[in-house]
Amino acid sequence: MNIKHSKLEAINLDAYYGDFHALKSINIAMEEKAVTAFIGPSGCGKSTFLRTFNRMNDYIDGFRIEGQILLDGRDIYTDDVRVDELRKEVGMVFQKPNPFPKTIYENVVYGLRIQGIKDKKILQETCEKSLQQAALWNEVKDKLDKSALALSGGQQQRLCIARALAIQPSVILMDEPASALDPISTAKIEDLIYELKKDYTIVIVTHNMQQAGRVSDHTAFFYMGELVEYAKTKTMFTSPKDTRTQNYITGRFG
Amino acid sequence: MRVQEKIIEGLLWLSAAITILITVSIIWVLLSESVLFFSEVSIVRFLTEKEWTPLFAEKKFGIMPLVAGTFLTTVIAIAVALPIGLTIAIYLNEYANARFKTFIKPLLEVLATIPTVVYGFFALTVVTPFLQSFIPGLAGFNALSAGIVMGIMIIPMISSLSEDAISAVPRSLREAAYGMGSTRLQTAFGVMVPAASSGILVSVILAISRAVGETMIVAIAAGQQPRLTLNPLVPIETITTYIVQVSLGDVPHGSLEYRTIFAAGMTLFVFTFLLNNLSFWIKKKYQEKYD
Ligand SMILES: Nc1ncnc2c1ncn2[C@@H]1O[C@H](COP(=O)(O)OP(=O)(O)O)[C@@H](O)[C@H]1O
Ligand SMILES: [Mg+2]
Repeated sequence: MNIKHSKLEAINLDAYYGDFHALKSINIAMEEKAVTAFIGPSGCGKSTFLRTFNRMNDYIDGFRIEGQILLDGRDIYTDDVRVDELRKEVGMVFQKPNPFPKTIYENVVYGLRIQGIKDKKILQETCEKSLQQAALWNEVKDKLDKSALALSGGQQQRLCIARALAIQPSVILMDEPASALDPISTAKIEDLIYELKKDYTIVIVTHNMQQAGRVSDHTAFFYMGELVEYAKTKTMFTSPKDTRTQNYITGRFG
Repeated sequence: MRVQEKIIEGLLWLSAAITILITVSIIWVLLSESVLFFSEVSIVRFLTEKEWTPLFAEKKFGIMPLVAGTFLTTVIAIAVALPIGLTIAIYLNEYANARFKTFIKPLLEVLATIPTVVYGFFALTVVTPFLQSFIPGLAGFNALSAGIVMGIMIIPMISSLSEDAISAVPRSLREAAYGMGSTRLQTAFGVMVPAASSGILVSVILAISRAVGETMIVAIAAGQQPRLTLNPLVPIETITTYIVQVSLGDVPHGSLEYRTIFAAGMTLFVFTFLLNNLSFWIKKKYQEKYD
């Protein structure tokens, strides 16, 4: 497949949990300002792979990788890379909404606060802008000082997206961001992803084939730690090359 | 089968009943003796007089000097135990690897198993002389060393309860913090500690309750001089040590002097009862938050 500008890239990537070989020589390049979906049966390594892009696996005892992960052509696993800096560039939204037990406002400006930004005007402007980008502003603008935990699940997830947007990353990783949400909230998140790809490179793990079809430009199918097939989403869903892909998207397993 | 079950049920009921009975009788004895005491000494006098000299010829019945002594040693103990205990809890949770944790935790528990008499003599014979080498005005018996050593004693209580509280914070919050580019330190202090704050508060309240009731260390190292002061350098007396002092002395049963220990005991009971209820109440609120 032809990639115009590759934002993220994995080169001969292997990943291990102790002796367990979780990812097997993966090679992939992902288009800038596009949505790439990872699909595949549960346990095939989608989350593991996604979390190599912001080095979230670093905290797991016994986890190691071989090969390279490039962000804008630069290896992010070299010693001179600071993970906290990397994660300001590569934001993440998790499967279960995980707002901090703080106010809505404090959640959104958290990333700025830890960077030492104290200017109230900057904080307030960023808060409003991020919430608007996350299509949440109108629902919460009158209760910014209320606890984030009082929001509905769908609102909490959009708040987490706003929180990620506030530090202006260039990449957003989403690990099944709508799997814990009702259909209406899911639709809102999908619309949002569509809007966000104008400015961000998005990688989304999803269990839901229709969702991959609706939101993504490219789709990668993983099976037992291998990247089986990677293509334009339309191509993948209409004429999959590998029989395993075929079986999966027609619902024969997974 | 049914008979057996009945018997077991009966035994369980009996042990519960005995526990309740004992508690009720303790409170009953405390109350009835206190009532006799307060029929001779008014509560106003008890709370406002500035001296506590029930064993002297000129009797004064102000509990405040004992309360002040208790307060002083407790504050010093918490001032020592909270920062150290919390640091240990954070370190174990956010930095230490599993192997180090299994090594250090039993070691901490050892601190809690040392008899308090040993702590008391440690305060009197090691800490006080050491402090005297650079605090010239420090008396041989004082609240400072007693408080410090009491703090050392309750470190494991705060560290292990706080550690439980911090590890009860959902892992997803830690991931959220790291995912936003937080350093370990920012994650610990900006997210984990605030999220665990109610649990940490409970650990502090229980530690206070423990410090308020502590007897041996203060009896040995702090002197037995009721004094209405917040100066940590001079001898003081706490509520508990007063009770020990009178119980061991030869005050005749049934006398007013004898009843002072029940009035003092009642005061102590009210304090720890309130503290325990407070911690219970916080715990309940805290559980609701994460369910
Ligand atoms: N922390 C871990 N330790 C050991 N094995 C793990 C760990 N996390 C995931 N795995 C294993 O790695 C494989 C891939 O997991 P994961 O990436 O979560 O899959 P997916 O997101 O596609 O469902 C699974 O077999 C899983 O059991
Ligand atoms: Mg997963």
